[in-house]
Order: sequence, then structure tokens, then C-alpha cells
Amino acid sequence: MLEIGLSHYLSVAAILFTLGIFGIFLNRKNVIIILMSVELILLAVNINLVAFSVHLQDLTGQIFAMLVLTVAAAEAAIGLAIIVVYFRNRGTIAVEDINLMKG
Amino acid sequence: MIIQALSFYLFAFVAIAAAVMVISARNPVHSVLFLILAFFNAAGLFVLIGAEFIAMILVVVYVGAVAVLFLFVVMMLDISFSELRQGFLQYLPIGGLVGIVLLAELLMIGGSWVIAPVAEGGRGFPVPPVNQVTNTHAIGKILYTDYIYLFQGAGMVLLVAMIGAIVLTLRSRPGVRKQKISDQINRRPEDAIEIKKVQSGSAI
Repeated sequence: MLEIGLSHYLSVAAILFTLGIFGIFLNRKNVIIILMSVELILLAVNINLVAFSVHLQDLTGQIFAMLVLTVAAAEAAIGLAIIVVYFRNRGTIAVEDINLMKG
Repeated sequence: MIIQALSFYLFAFVAIAAAVMVISARNPVHSVLFLILAFFNAAGLFVLIGAEFIAMILVVVYVGAVAVLFLFVVMMLDISFSELRQGFLQYLPIGGLVGIVLLAELLMIGGSWVIAPVAEGGRGFPVPPVNQVTNTHAIGKILYTDYIYLFQGAGMVLLVAMIGAIVLTLRSRPGVRKQKISDQINRRPEDAIEIKKVQSGSAI
């Protein structure tokens, strides 16, 4: 219990990941909260990568955590830009109203 | 050892509680602030495990850039967020079911996880002893040599994201009067004035 090992970090990451998935289900209408949930999921992935990197004494995991961070930042920037443009055009960002591309 | 364990449980508990508040807060501004708290505590976990560089990058990039971007967008959009919360409880059972199943699966995998002895030998870049080379130094040594193409690729991803965000949100509004300095300087007397001969006693 007091000896903190790999499994502790993996448990925290698993709980954060599940909370991210749960947040997507819970906030079906609010696309901003969905984006935040995706950020939580990516944070959980980063915790996994770093925990394994330290446990296996291999620095590659930390490099990949940085790359995941990069992609998360790019995704947030593009996603929020799309939300701003959509709100300017339609005046709403409710998920069920976003159906312009429905065939 | 006991301080390490206590710090771990503190950081982990606060991070998870903040994550719960992110997805359940009534006000999206509070959600963003709790997201910042979750990121700070994850950075604390990284410091505790010995990955200081990732921890600092997490604070700088996530808290300094991404979360502030979220804050700007949430405050900029004029939306009634209470309408978006209707039907909040409608998806609670199915979401909870999926979440519990997923968590159980993940914990089962984590509980029965054994690292193969072969994996220890297949180590790509071993962590050097901490008392000789710091974490940041060690990462820099391999990031700019062995992983230089991935590093450049990450830079390209950020560049494309930046250009994409600018292209998406840039708009040229018609009907806005602006000062065009080059037009003003290029103006010649012939364009501006017209000389008329006026006959005395008659109109133009």
C-alpha cells in the first residue's frame, strides 16, 4: 500500500481515462465539455506512457508522451477554431444541431 | 517513503476529483478551471515518478496554452449553457454502464500485467543514472539526435494546426471602411480635381 509502484500509476490513468469516456456520454450536447473530456483521455495516455517509461527505465516513452502532448495541443486549437466558426455561422454549438453535412 | 506515498495519494486523489468536477460542473468556466487543477496534479505525479521535463511541459503547454484557449472560447461564445445541460441525466445509466465495464477491464488488465523478461533487454534508450545526468539533459540528448525526424514532424503538426486555425477563423468583412495608405499616396492631382472653364453669366 505504501510502496508506490507501476500499478498505482496505471490505476490512476485507468480512472482518468474512464472519467473521460464517461464525460463524453454525460455531456452529449456540449461540444466544449466533450473536447475537455478528450484532453482528459490524452492526459491518461500520457500518464501511462511515462509510468511505463520509468518502470522499464527506457526514455522512449517520455519522448512519445511529448508527441502526444503536441497532438493534443494541435487538436484543441483546431477543434476550438471549428467551434468558433460554427458558432459565428449558426449561432449555436449544440451537438444535435450540427447536421449540415447529413446526406 | 511514507512522504512519497502520501504525496502520490494526494496528487492522485485531487486529480481524479478534479476530473470528476470537469465532467459534472454546471458552469463550463468551472470545468476549465478544474481541468487546470487536474493538469497541475498530473504534473505533480510526473515529478514524483521522476519525469520532471514532461511535468514542466505539461504545465507550460496544457495549463499555459490549451486551458487558457478553452477559457477564452468558453467566455467568448454567448451560449446559454443550461440549455445544453438538459438531458444530462438521460445518458447517465448507459454512460455509467460503459464506464464501469471499461474501468473493470482496464483494472483487470493492470492487475494481471506481467512485464516479459525479454522486454527489459529490448530497451531502446536506457535512463542514465539520475545523479549524473538530469532527466531534461537525457531527453534532449536523444530528442535532437535519434528522434530528430519525429521532433521536426511534431513541429510541422503544430505549424499546420496554427495555419489551419488562422485560416478557419479569419474573415474579411465587407462594408468596413479602412484607411488604405497606398491608395492615398498614389493619388495624383489629375484624379482628384477637375478644371472647368466657366463662362461668365452661365451655369456649369
